[in-house]
Amino acid sequence: MIIAKPKPIDEIINEVKDLDKILVAGCDGCVTVCEAGGMKEAQILGSALRMYFRQAGKDTKVDEISLTRQCDRPYLEQAADKVKEYDAVVSLACGAGVQFLAETFNGKPIFPGVNTCFIGVTEQKGEWTERCQACGDCILASTGGICPIARCSKRMSNGPCGGSSNGNCEISKDTACGWHLIYERLKELGQLDRFERPNEPKNWSTSRDGGPRKVIKEVSHQ
Amino acid sequence: MSYPTNVKIVKLPCSGRVDILHLMKAMEEGADGVFVAGCLEGDCHYQAGNLRAKKRVAYVKEILDKIGVGGERVAMYNLSAGQGPRFAEIAREMTEKIRELGPSPIRIAKRQAGERPTTEEAA
Amino acid sequence: MSIENGNSPSKLKKIFEAGHFAVTSECGPPRSSDGHEVEEKAHLIGDYVDAINVTDNQTAVVRLCSLASCIRIKQMGYEPILQMVTRDRNRIGMQADILGAASFGIDTMLCLTGDHQSFGDHPTAANVFDLDSTQLIATVKQMRDEKKLLSGFEMKVGPQMFIGAAANPFADPFEIRVSRLAKKVAAGAQFIQTQCIYNMEKFKLWMKLIVDRGLHEKVYIMAGLTPMKSLGMAKYMKNRVPGMDVPDSVINRLAGVPKEKQAEEGIKMCIEQIQELKEVEGVRGFHIMAIEWEQKVPEIVKGGGLYPRPKVD
Repeated sequence: MIIAKPKPIDEIINEVKDLDKILVAGCDGCVTVCEAGGMKEAQILGSALRMYFRQAGKDTKVDEISLTRQCDRPYLEQAADKVKEYDAVVSLACGAGVQFLAETFNGKPIFPGVNTCFIGVTEQKGEWTERCQACGDCILASTGGICPIARCSKRMSNGPCGGSSNGNCEISKDTACGWHLIYERLKELGQLDRFERPNEPKNWSTSRDGGPRKVIKEVSHQ
Repeated sequence: MSYPTNVKIVKLPCSGRVDILHLMKAMEEGADGVFVAGCLEGDCHYQAGNLRAKKRVAYVKEILDKIGVGGERVAMYNLSAGQGPRFAEIAREMTEKIRELGPSPIRIAKRQAGERPTTEEAA
Repeated sequence: MSIENGNSPSKLKKIFEAGHFAVTSECGPPRSSDGHEVEEKAHLIGDYVDAINVTDNQTAVVRLCSLASCIRIKQMGYEPILQMVTRDRNRIGMQADILGAASFGIDTMLCLTGDHQSFGDHPTAANVFDLDSTQLIATVKQMRDEKKLLSGFEMKVGPQMFIGAAANPFADPFEIRVSRLAKKVAAGAQFIQTQCIYNMEKFKLWMKLIVDRGLHEKVYIMAGLTPMKSLGMAKYMKNRVPGMDVPDSVINRLAGVPKEKQAEEGIKMCIEQIQELKEVEGVRGFHIMAIEWEQKVPEIVKGGGLYPRPKVD
């Protein structure tokens, strides 16, 4: 899922401090799971903003809602009447949701309340780690199910580099060496021949490098 | 055992039941301060409830500092259920601290706006 | 000895082919646009080595680029080795720089992935890593042997690079270091410079694995050496540099000598290493990295019995 992290509250306050009516919009999707922007976080932010404005001597109205998802129009349309009543919306959805809100309610300033970080998984409660870089051309079959683009700091195709030490990446003892993991996994799977095979230069054009991307499913397309 | 009358007690089965939002709401309603009294570390009946409470209190402190209300107004204390006198001591300590800080800016603002705070003020 | 014979006029190649121990050292360019520093360093070591490596934004710290430094060194009459990392340039930029180097007669290069930019002075920079070192090796080989760019475009005149790569016998996992080297050799690496060696036992073990696999007959291996300047430096290398293996015996030996004698001891140890490594099967040369201590290279080369450098045509 998409992993996000709440923005520092002073950053959010800076954007909304001169407004009179603010709506905090959470999202029940990914950001709820990673505890960054669900209803709970929206309520906490709402409370914090209300207290901020109070102590600043202002009478600002701050309310919270949470949408099922902010990346699908029908759910955004459900909030249309509510959004009308406010000067701006602080959206706690991922970057995609914030943008979709902004597109849908294009006369209304929409501010992001979280920093969207990566595609990842829940390691344990309160901890999420990156797994996928959305390169558009998945090679997980040849690397034992571990992605070198996302998990190698140098996104090497023929790793590890000479900085791999004790299973850790040279950039930090807290970062596993992606290629060390791949090697161990391929060994477990009896697929070390895959490790020896040289990997050709990657076609990055399906990745961010190729420009903003689009997927169309013909059979479903209107 | 006596403790200051301005202290309102909310009973919970475990300090781990305290949610961030409970602390926020209390302050938002105009409480001058909130303290969480949990069991001694290592003694939690539910294993780690008091550790979770500690983290949540720290989280709320940070927010309160950033929004101009002041993180010193919330605190975590640890004591055992049998430590009646210690509880009274903590209540007095907290009350003293809050008195020094003065009323919470939220309470002041609410008063000025003519709203009745939902928590009683000490005489 | 049947090293893959891509065409190259590289002097280093000729030294290897003639059966001599090759000697290289390195020049770290300045953090300024003053090219004279490059000249000074080259003069210090030029007559004591077969070729001079120029590092490429080493440790991700911005320095006068390797390409410009190599051109200068070539024009001085010495043999530069262009080090190129894949961290800062994509395949377009790298192929262009290789053509640029070749246009000035530069004929030897070292293909590296590069230290992560978080180590350097611009940790907020985006990194590239369009290719990795193995892919860069293959790219240079294709440019040389087929006169083709990665895109398939056929060039009228192609670079005639003698291709090198780096190897770290002390990185993990140890068991794959040899197969990684094999991969680089299969991609086209013709010579290897290793990370600086302090743990001689581990290095000899690595060499044995390489010899067992027959790789020593496919690639020329140069042992990397860095003389210790002081006990402090030895401790720093041991504890703070990733992938560096410094045994306690090295620390203890330096500790057993008064501070003013430590540099001398470090040089002595380096020279002893050369003598010992000359006897190790598969070692075909020495890459002396005396960072900011280039003036000691002549002493080390002489002490190692490697001076004067042989002449090849």
